[in-house]
Amino acid sequence: MAAMALVTAARLLPLTEEATVDDAKTVDLQAIVRDSNVTEVLDQLDRELVGLAPVKRRIREIAAYLAVTRARKTLGLEATPPSLHMCFTGNPGTGKTTVALRMAEILHRLGYVRKGHVVSVTRDDLVGQYIGHTAPKTKEVLKRAMGGVLFIDEAYYLYRPENERDYGQESIEILLQVMENNRDDLVVILAGYHDRMNTFFSSNPGMSSRIAHHVDFPDYSQPELLSIAGKMVSAMNYRFDADAQQAMGYYIDRRLTQPNFANARSVRNALDRARLRQANRLFAGVGAGRPNVTADDLSTLSASDILASRVFDAPDSADKT
Amino acid sequence: MMTNTNQRLTQGQFSFLPDLTDTQITAQLDYALKNGWAIGVEYTDDPHPRNTYWEMFGNPMFDLKDAAGALMEINSARKTFPNQYIRVTAFDATRGVESPTMSYIVNRPAKEPGFGLVRQEVDGRAIRYTIHSYATDKPESERY
Repeated sequence: MAAMALVTAARLLPLTEEATVDDAKTVDLQAIVRDSNVTEVLDQLDRELVGLAPVKRRIREIAAYLAVTRARKTLGLEATPPSLHMCFTGNPGTGKTTVALRMAEILHRLGYVRKGHVVSVTRDDLVGQYIGHTAPKTKEVLKRAMGGVLFIDEAYYLYRPENERDYGQESIEILLQVMENNRDDLVVILAGYHDRMNTFFSSNPGMSSRIAHHVDFPDYSQPELLSIAGKMVSAMNYRFDADAQQAMGYYIDRRLTQPNFANARSVRNALDRARLRQANRLFAGVGAGRPNVTADDLSTLSASDILASRVFDAPDSADKT
Repeated sequence: MMTNTNQRLTQGQFSFLPDLTDTQITAQLDYALKNGWAIGVEYTDDPHPRNTYWEMFGNPMFDLKDAAGALMEINSARKTFPNQYIRVTAFDATRGVESPTMSYIVNRPAKEPGFGLVRQEVDGRAIRYTIHSYATDKPESERY
């Protein structure tokens, strides 16, 4: 994007009140990109998030679009602000919440939202328990989210077709109204599993049509998960020794084929349990006559910490996450 | 009252100025939020200056980040009570302070009849004075 310096503004709208805009006038697009520091966030996104190529591509597109919108504005090519409500679909642990947080920052840097905070809610925060409870509750949440991003996790729970008296519908109606009227005040991001979101949208066509960006989060592959594990371990100030790295690869291979696999979340849980076993190993070492540990001992996860997992001894164990 | 020929109610901040626009209200709300004050919306149809406690329109907004949310509440109060006084207060919840720090009117009735002076003859030749809002001659909710 930085290569696009000094772009000549082309007239994209038919001649109306824009007739006064000088076609030859230039705007420094690079300066807009530089001032907003958005490349920094995008690079950070590339660096810290493994895989997710389609998601990153879409976010770059949105960032570019917003930068161009700002360039147009400086030249007087006014247009109605773009609708940026989004829907993130994907399996558990594919990074929907993490990306939503980054999205808020990008939107804030490009000046699309004023404050850039994220209000993360689920059905419980929006839908009330008795008549007249839902509207104030939903409005309360919307007011809090103004100027930032409202992230609704597992949004399909808002609509319960099996119960016609469910208050979720009321909440959806208020959401729709605010999404339409206050679109320059807040961005709504819905998140959930792919098929259930599809059912949700097919029963709420109004919702679907107000969301411009549907982003699908793919599952991670084994090498991607291994690289995620590496990043998580170093973020926790631990490290794998050579055998442990290999063992983690085996672990992910095994875990991938088992039920209830939740991508990066499963990897995180596995690492948490490995840390537990490492602590226990060091603890047992004290009893066995090795009372002194070095910083290296304290921060190294060995293969035995990982290979002790139940994933290896019970090929059909079902409830391991 | 000769100093206030239009009979406009002058309570709180900015009350001698022309009515605040939404942009100006937003700027004031931003100032309150910047200081971490909670914003409340209150309404009444009894403009007597000693009527300190107005009705609250919804709960005070303690965890807002942006003025747009409060403005939404103000507009919905205006829609519900177009012919009453609506004011915005900012409340400083700091321990030891715990009191309103801002208060300004954002909506007034189209016609404000103003106040009359009431003289009460008491013992001897003494006279007690008080003011009386013409609007409150009518029952509540029919005043404006």
